[in-house]
Amino acid sequence: MSIDAETPTGSRPGGDGSGGDRSGGDPFAASARETTEGRVYTVTGGDWEDFLDDTQQEERVVINLGPQHPSTHGVLRLVLELEGETVTKARSVIGYLHTGIEKNTEYRTWTQGVTFVTRMDYLAPLHNETAYSLGVEKLLRVSAPERAQTIRVLLMELNRISSHLVFLATGAMELGSTTGMTFGFRDREEVLHLLEFLTGLRMNHAFIRPGGVAQDIPENSREKVLEFCKVMESRLPDYDKLFSGQPIWKQRLKGVGYLPLDACLALGTTGPILRSAGLAWDLRKVEPYCGYEQFDFEVPTSTDADCYARFLLRVEEIRQSLRIVRQCMDKLEPGPVMVDDPKIAWPAQLSIGPDGMGNSLDHVRKIMGQSMESLIHHFKLVTEGFDVPPGQAYTPVEAPRGELGYHHVSDGGTRPMRVHVRDPSFVNLQAFPAMAEGGLVADVIAVVASIDPVMGGVDR
Amino acid sequence: MSGDDTTGGLPETAAEHTGPTEEAAPEQMVAGRARKGMFGVTGSGDTSGYGGLRVPAYVPPEAERPYGGWFDEVADELFEGMKRRGIPDSAVLRITVDRGEITFYVDREHLVEICRTFRDEPALRFELCSSLSGVDYGPDVPQRLHSVCHLTSLTYRRRIRVEVAVDVADPHVPSVVDVYPTADFQERETWDMYGIVYDDHPSLTRILMPDDWDGHPQRKDYPLGGIPVEYKGAEVPPPDQRRSYT
Repeated sequence: MSIDAETPTGSRPGGDGSGGDRSGGDPFAASARETTEGRVYTVTGGDWEDFLDDTQQEERVVINLGPQHPSTHGVLRLVLELEGETVTKARSVIGYLHTGIEKNTEYRTWTQGVTFVTRMDYLAPLHNETAYSLGVEKLLRVSAPERAQTIRVLLMELNRISSHLVFLATGAMELGSTTGMTFGFRDREEVLHLLEFLTGLRMNHAFIRPGGVAQDIPENSREKVLEFCKVMESRLPDYDKLFSGQPIWKQRLKGVGYLPLDACLALGTTGPILRSAGLAWDLRKVEPYCGYEQFDFEVPTSTDADCYARFLLRVEEIRQSLRIVRQCMDKLEPGPVMVDDPKIAWPAQLSIGPDGMGNSLDHVRKIMGQSMESLIHHFKLVTEGFDVPPGQAYTPVEAPRGELGYHHVSDGGTRPMRVHVRDPSFVNLQAFPAMAEGGLVADVIAVVASIDPVMGGVDR
Repeated sequence: MSGDDTTGGLPETAAEHTGPTEEAAPEQMVAGRARKGMFGVTGSGDTSGYGGLRVPAYVPPEAERPYGGWFDEVADELFEGMKRRGIPDSAVLRITVDRGEITFYVDREHLVEICRTFRDEPALRFELCSSLSGVDYGPDVPQRLHSVCHLTSLTYRRRIRVEVAVDVADPHVPSVVDVYPTADFQERETWDMYGIVYDDHPSLTRILMPDDWDGHPQRKDYPLGGIPVEYKGAEVPPPDQRRSYT
């Protein structure tokens, strides 16, 4: 319809106010008649039927979803070609959170690299730290002591719980269940509190270092961890109550985002998505690291290969992680948490003083008052770092989203030649078109939620 | 390689190291850069007495049979499979075993067919391409750009590395998207970051950097960037201009 005064109504035959004659000129122009007050237009919805007719025809619309959209799971942009409500083509556009972390690590020492990689997949910082450290240890041909390995397992499993809780929270929010969101973030908060107690920070811990962990966990960790396990176990049934049997949840997720096993392998998809297609491929079982072979846990699988199966698997993985966490507490024996090599191990032990955390007073006394050599050693190790023998290594771990692999290349210097991160979010996101095309727009949201990409890891 | 300047009071070990690298054929994979001096610091007077020290660039040593473990089996099966597909043995330029990992340096002409052999041979079955990325060994290294592919066999639970080295002047590597569709994003990223052109890739466009970006940021001669920061009257230079000891 046009109510533009410039419309040359005079040229239209039958422009007399009847509004019925649309045989010539602009068919959508409003009819007009001359009155003593001037020209009066009659604006009607008379073209509504024509408009409806138009929608019956095949018409493709390309829409952009994101990058600033609350349902796209971060700064992810989706370009969707729609026919009506059906998605005929879907592509993801990424790079909005690219921070050049891989290049930055080439300008820092091997130990400083941990501080960078922990910020990549920010929902799985401890997995990043562990994979990075395991890679450097492989190049150094050392391995962390038993206690450090168990602490790593403990932290990684707690981290897996928190990551899956964020999947539940954000996934639920994207599908419209704000109760699910508050549940998920409430319980994740418990994990973050515990991680803060254990490592000193809620996120971006930089706690796991090449050679072991930064320091031992606090004395009363056992009580705190077991208390957390109890709280978590009492709250897990809530998720079943809220989601597992709920008709809306099932209707939104069942049969949506189907990706069979062969497609998973072709597209490189790992983690819960691969396991939802029926393959029990979990690196903790098939290529154990950090002593995972000593723990008793199951790898849940499903053959439904849809979003609902992925949801169920993640809830079950939280249960299995809690089992591992409990076993960790029984397995922790007193001992060193850093390799016994002063050329690698950080010289200082941290302690909390009246002005916050810093080097322990004993250490400061030693380097400042007693031993010049200790001071030189401390200074050189902290500023210069340690040499890593040349070579390359690929180290995968099972992150919450799948295979997190680190490809380290050393040229023998104190800084990495190359650190490449095979982030599971980045690779899994390629499966998004295969899952979403042919479905509805609403399913796109469910699909992205079930892939659970973390853009910090995708873009790095 | 810094084999030209091995005179003077060089330690015996450094002189020994330069020997094999000098003999190395040009296509040998140099994986590192040569160093001189002790602390990697340039632009200041040498007071340490180590200024004449030369450490040649690292060349991964060629592995000798037996490789150990399942490596021999995989190598045998690979050459069998290549024979069946009419790929000459010379397509595998070098095999190295280091830190429990086996690396096949291959000729780029035959990369796709070798990957297909790895994927399809019943005794190999590397179904999953875990990771594909680039490495840049720096401006002084011949064939400085490497395209590194990590393959995983879910059937046999094995991992191998397939590596191709190319020159900056001719950075073409055939795309393996046909064999491993998962390489799509990863090849785009490697093109974006290193400028390795993957021929026959379905849509080789930038993926992390903006479409109109100039240059390939993760090349060693691309500056890191950053601004000097003033802190309590002193100026801290950006990370790539700080003194380094490497």
